[in-house]
Amino acid sequence: MNEQAMPKPLDVNQDRSGDITRTRARWGEFLIESSLGLCATISIITTSVIIFILARESLGFFATVSPIEFFFGTSWVPLFEPSAYGVLPLLWGTMLITFGAALFAVPTGLASAIYMSEYASPQMRAVIKPVLEVLAGIPTVVYGYFALTFVTPLLRMLMPDLQVFNALSGAIVVGVMILPTIATLSDNALRAVPDSLRQGAYALGATSYEVTTRVVLPAGLSGVMASVLLAISRAIGETMAVTLAAGATPNLSFTFLESIQTMTAYIVQVSMGDTPAGGIAYQTLFAVAALLFVITLILNIVSQWILSKFREVYE
Amino acid sequence: MKSSLARANDNIQKRHRKAGLFRLLCASVTWLGAALLATLLIQVTLDGIKWLDLQFLTSFPSRFPYKAGVKSALVGTLWLITMIAFISIPIGVATALYLEELSSKGKVGKIIEVNIANLAGVPSIVYGIIGLAIFVRGLGFERSLLSGALTMSLLILPVIIIASREAIKTVPMSIRHAAYALGATKLQTAWAHVLPASFPGILTGVILALSRAIGETAPLIMIGALTYVAFLPEGPMDAFTALPIQIFNWVSRPQQEFHELAAGGIIVLLAVLLTMNATAIFIRQKTEKKLQ
Repeated sequence: MNEQAMPKPLDVNQDRSGDITRTRARWGEFLIESSLGLCATISIITTSVIIFILARESLGFFATVSPIEFFFGTSWVPLFEPSAYGVLPLLWGTMLITFGAALFAVPTGLASAIYMSEYASPQMRAVIKPVLEVLAGIPTVVYGYFALTFVTPLLRMLMPDLQVFNALSGAIVVGVMILPTIATLSDNALRAVPDSLRQGAYALGATSYEVTTRVVLPAGLSGVMASVLLAISRAIGETMAVTLAAGATPNLSFTFLESIQTMTAYIVQVSMGDTPAGGIAYQTLFAVAALLFVITLILNIVSQWILSKFREVYE
Repeated sequence: MKSSLARANDNIQKRHRKAGLFRLLCASVTWLGAALLATLLIQVTLDGIKWLDLQFLTSFPSRFPYKAGVKSALVGTLWLITMIAFISIPIGVATALYLEELSSKGKVGKIIEVNIANLAGVPSIVYGIIGLAIFVRGLGFERSLLSGALTMSLLILPVIIIASREAIKTVPMSIRHAAYALGATKLQTAWAHVLPASFPGILTGVILALSRAIGETAPLIMIGALTYVAFLPEGPMDAFTALPIQIFNWVSRPQQEFHELAAGGIIVLLAVLLTMNATAIFIRQKTEKKLQ
């Protein structure tokens, strides 16, 4: 027996393009595979187009308005004379809403996550988690309606000097909106903490409170933090609820009781009117949108980075 | 003077009380979320139910609240959702299939994956601006259904791709190995075995993505969906309005009657969403049974 007689093992990656019986079928496959691959590149094209358009129009804007005025100016009057292009009031409005929303949603979302992963029975969890997910699926314009016709009147009964359009009402509904994001993603993170850790702590005599706060939360912290960042990024990009509830007054005030304007609400306000393409007002849209895009992108990247970097891997 | 044992006992009781309170706190906060949902739904129903009749569904918008309806908005939304489905589902599923089954899992695949995750986090209004610059102005599609559908498709593509990939990942390797063992090519395996097996999961993701598209308002405002449309669109190049736009328009008016009309519109919108989700669950159960 020599080695030549042995059948060669089949090499899957072997080039068989010379094999005539296969050529036609492979051409068809190649064509379909390439068109599928083309679909996959659409996402890359989308990103490039977003960055290209935002950059081009923003550069046009910064040719007229100096970046120093844009980033450090404290007055935003783009549509009337004398105009001013300081983005700080809009940025401040967005931060006010986001901060208020996080103040509401982080503790409640985290408490819900702890309840779902640590305390609720499987049946209870099977009920409450979909309910919270429905909360996440309700269109944002509905939250705007809710803020304007329910939350604001309720708040004005408690605080008579509250303006009809105010940051508080907007912050509350945005908080409700991002609550499910924090609750469901943190729940996933906490449930990924292995039971052996909990049982170890219980065996040492810890109570459920101590197990949760000192063992489970620290172990699932990266997932919890990522969920909070993701939720904050959503709050920053939120548009309809804050447009309807918080008003259209660019404002650097430190109070939640007055009308403000967020970056997103400004974009909606301008696009509701007839803004000619190419004008400075049209370009402000892209400058503000570019800022919005960069802020949310950074938050998303940091969130993903935390997840991949600090993920505790258990056996 | 208490004995150390009694002190230890006190301490344990205190700790357990704290744990009990904590549990109660977490539970009540969770149910608060559910209560908020209930409040919202009840509030909308109470406000809107009296406007909800056949006349509301079959009338065009009007300055007079009692004459106004959602006909053009409802038809616009149905047009939009059909077009979005035709554009986004093939591209989204093809991308997922390519990334999971066909591409070599190298650096390019990783870049595309990170890129899609980031696209999913871009605020919807930014997509609106891009739609305005590209489809409405750049390609000259004007303020048409086509511009709206293309913009929305870009918006929900990442959602469809991510959900489809998750579904494809759950298909057991043994199915692929069996197909390869019988001599099937990668593409044949993907098309005839992986895709059908992951169909229920893909469908769920697609429906969730389309639901998001139905409710999105900001991108449509950006590309200039009109708020007052007293005609029905007849083709993809026609101007249009949609339910969320109509609701937004009514909510932003000061009069109480229009707020109630908005509530009526919200009920219609939620009914459309509910119908879609119910259909998804129904189809999923049917196909899952067949696969078994």
